[in-house]
Amino acid sequence: MNAILKSRPYRLDAIDRQIVMATQAGLPLVAMPWDAVAEQLGLDPDEVIDRVTSMQARGIIRRVGAVPNHYALGYRANGMSVWNVPDGRVTELGRRVGGLEFVSHCYERPRHLPLWPYNLFAMVHGHDRDEVEAGVQVIADMLHGACRGHEVLYSTRILKKAGLRIVAG
Amino acid sequence: MDNIDRALVNELQDGLPVCRRPFDALSARLGISVTEVTERVDRMLGDKVLSRFGPMFNAERLGGALTLCAMQVPEADFERVAEAVNAFPEVAHNYAREHDLNMWFVLATECQERIAEVVADIETGTGCRVYDMPKCDEFYIGLRLPV
Repeated sequence: MNAILKSRPYRLDAIDRQIVMATQAGLPLVAMPWDAVAEQLGLDPDEVIDRVTSMQARGIIRRVGAVPNHYALGYRANGMSVWNVPDGRVTELGRRVGGLEFVSHCYERPRHLPLWPYNLFAMVHGHDRDEVEAGVQVIADMLHGACRGHEVLYSTRILKKAGLRIVAG
Repeated sequence: MDNIDRALVNELQDGLPVCRRPFDALSARLGISVTEVTERVDRMLGDKVLSRFGPMFNAERLGGALTLCAMQVPEADFERVAEAVNAFPEVAHNYAREHDLNMWFVLATECQERIAEVVADIETGTGCRVYDMPKCDEFYIGLRLPV
């Protein structure tokens, strides 16, 4: 477990909660977006910025930026690659795999033996399935001797995709 | 999309500084006005090239819980089970995948205790065993897809 996951959840106060609720659907596209949020909430803009900076330092906000639509940008293929690596090396290996540019969502997860022997998950993105397979090969080369087996699960259909609401209004 | 759009998408994947005028440095780097930056981002959101612009929250740090679940669903029963699973508001995404474990979904709940309750309810409602695979550790550097 890394430090962020081990630490206890951070309790938001009422003002933090207001800021999360006001921005979880997105930030206004104006030159001074935090000022717009502050005005909407009746707060001082510097206080909003201080609180957002603090939430970012505590890992509550990963970053402020954009999420591209992979599909619209031509990244139409993705494969969930799953790897069976020794538990004692999963952290070291996971960090290296997670650092690859075409990998998102790289996690250690529990095995369910005998059906499911894999403990390292890495989502691989590419323009097509060949590019995904090339990415999987890069990971396979990186893990070589440490990996006791892997598979790639391709999605065939999205059955549900709902927005994740962080704080209910 | 032109070259400026592509540069914007790449820059915005890295993130903006948290300050009163977060677009200023970006606009100077790209040689366009702040208004043009915000108009282009607005257009790309409208065109669904970008799915979101703003702070990316880490739900678990806010006390919420997430887990990835897999099920082995008989093909003949797949649509019924998908409908039953999707009916739970805690199911955020659900994907069909090519594997014996052919249905994979993410549960998001307001607290950790609720995960086990929802898993039990899904097993009861579908008759399929749920393989719960919560993350033990994350090696999340962040996807950055060059465009």
